[in-house]
Amino acid sequence: MFWDKKIETLKPAELQALQLKRLKKTLHLASNVEFYRDRLSGAGIKPSDIRTLEDIQKLPFTKKQDLRDGYPFGFFAVPLKEVVRIHTTSGTTGKPTVVGYTRKDLDSWAGLIARNMTMIGVTDNDVFQNMVNYGMFTGGLGFHYGAEMIGMTVIPSATGNTKRQIEMINDFGVTTIHCTPSYAMHLSEVAEETGVTFKTLKTGIFGAEPWSETLRSTLESRLGVTAYDSYGLSELFGPGVAFECPERDGLHIWHDSYLVEIIDPKTGEQLADGERGELVVTPLVKEAMPLLRYRTGDVTMLMEDGCLCGRSKKIARITGRSDDMLVIRGINVFPSQIEHVLLKIPEVGNQFMVYVDRINHLDEMTVEVEINREFFSGELADLAKIQKKVVKELHDVLELRTTVKLVEPGSLPRFEGKSKRVIDRRGEIF
Amino acid sequence: MDTKNYVIKQISIFSENRPGRLASIAHALGEEKINILAFSIAEANGFGVVRALVDHPEKAYKKLSSLGFNVAFTDVIAVQMQDIPGGLYEIAKVLGDAQINIEYSYAYSGKDAAVLILRVDQVEDAIGKIQKSGATLLERSVFH
Repeated sequence: MFWDKKIETLKPAELQALQLKRLKKTLHLASNVEFYRDRLSGAGIKPSDIRTLEDIQKLPFTKKQDLRDGYPFGFFAVPLKEVVRIHTTSGTTGKPTVVGYTRKDLDSWAGLIARNMTMIGVTDNDVFQNMVNYGMFTGGLGFHYGAEMIGMTVIPSATGNTKRQIEMINDFGVTTIHCTPSYAMHLSEVAEETGVTFKTLKTGIFGAEPWSETLRSTLESRLGVTAYDSYGLSELFGPGVAFECPERDGLHIWHDSYLVEIIDPKTGEQLADGERGELVVTPLVKEAMPLLRYRTGDVTMLMEDGCLCGRSKKIARITGRSDDMLVIRGINVFPSQIEHVLLKIPEVGNQFMVYVDRINHLDEMTVEVEINREFFSGELADLAKIQKKVVKELHDVLELRTTVKLVEPGSLPRFEGKSKRVIDRRGEIF
Repeated sequence: MDTKNYVIKQISIFSENRPGRLASIAHALGEEKINILAFSIAEANGFGVVRALVDHPEKAYKKLSSLGFNVAFTDVIAVQMQDIPGGLYEIAKVLGDAQINIEYSYAYSGKDAAVLILRVDQVEDAIGKIQKSGATLLERSVFH
């Protein structure tokens, strides 16, 4: 199903013409921002130098740190009176990043969410429980207004009180849920403990964290849903930037609203389709806060093959944010890889924590994982066997020796918002 | 002779190796008025197993499980020893001669006698051999 069939299936030539028109408009808007005026004149570029889409490569990148430096309103291209909403990003380090929206921005954003949800077959007959933070996090209100635009029955349940969430799903006949994949896992655990099954659920939309295919099948069987991956980031409105269609083989990124490049993060050079690198996005319909060549830090690639659904080029599922990526003794490790390994070992649970330390100048990674209640025989030797098994399976995938600590069932933290499973205790590197 | 009468249920509790875990276990058992006759802690790399012989194993299992502890029953046997030099030797020799391996063991010394608790690889065989040697095994009916 299509929300806006014409725009979702534009022919390449028409799409490129639209992109160029919108890129020029965005450049014009960006020149209201002091940062961009300085950047462009510093690079000796006038907006009129951008005549083709390829010319975008002349523009400098915008980085997350630039936005932090602009705190609070340094990147607004319109007067504050035209900004009708402000969100901030989680801001795990230093100041949060502020994002602003004009009325038209909010409308464009809700429209993208409506496209995504319609694409996976959700309609105004569906009841939608939105189990993410409704505050400064963009996931709550973002999905809320998109779902209302479709005409769904929306339950703004936000986070917390998992037992009540479960009750509402069954009492209100909820068909569609949105939450982080880790909260979905927690929800299924609590439902199982209390002996509740979900009869009306059909569709699960999971995002805000990278998650594996193994977790997908686990969640699908535990919750009885078809699970879809949702991608977005606050700097690009929020959720809704890219989304899986029913094929569930890559995510459709909305090329009419986002100009996509994949670059080599080291050299900044554009990479070809099928080559994995950092996703760089120039939003094409943002008014309050236009951005030029924003480096998302997310690792993906443009997929070469077209899609049966008729929409345009997809990006591959995100393997992790580059800031989630840990470098342990020179080896890149994504938390999603660890999750993937643990899900395949029945003797241990699915929750985990990773601690990274530097001991005698060497990086040491410790993974804490819960023992699965049913697999505790009472014998120490059996526990040691399980521990060894986890170490081995992790080693096979990560090519890295880790220390595995078995902990008591239920003792690791459960996350309702974005999960923070990695604690890096290494100091500054000099 | 039914050897089953001498197979005793030890409770084994999975525990992380951090301060306060034993106290929580002991407190829970105390609340239920469960008496611990003997216990030991086996430790490996960050976690361990608390093994205990209690007077009400089923009750202990229920209570600890309800508190979220990961508990399992393990079959052990308990042999009365003479609380004199050489007492342990008598029992250990019987098992050794019979090629029965002791996986682990702990003991307590009570008013009446010392008791050796054994986890062995061949339970029935061990029971037979010990009885033949004339030593006394505690019956499971001692535990409720």
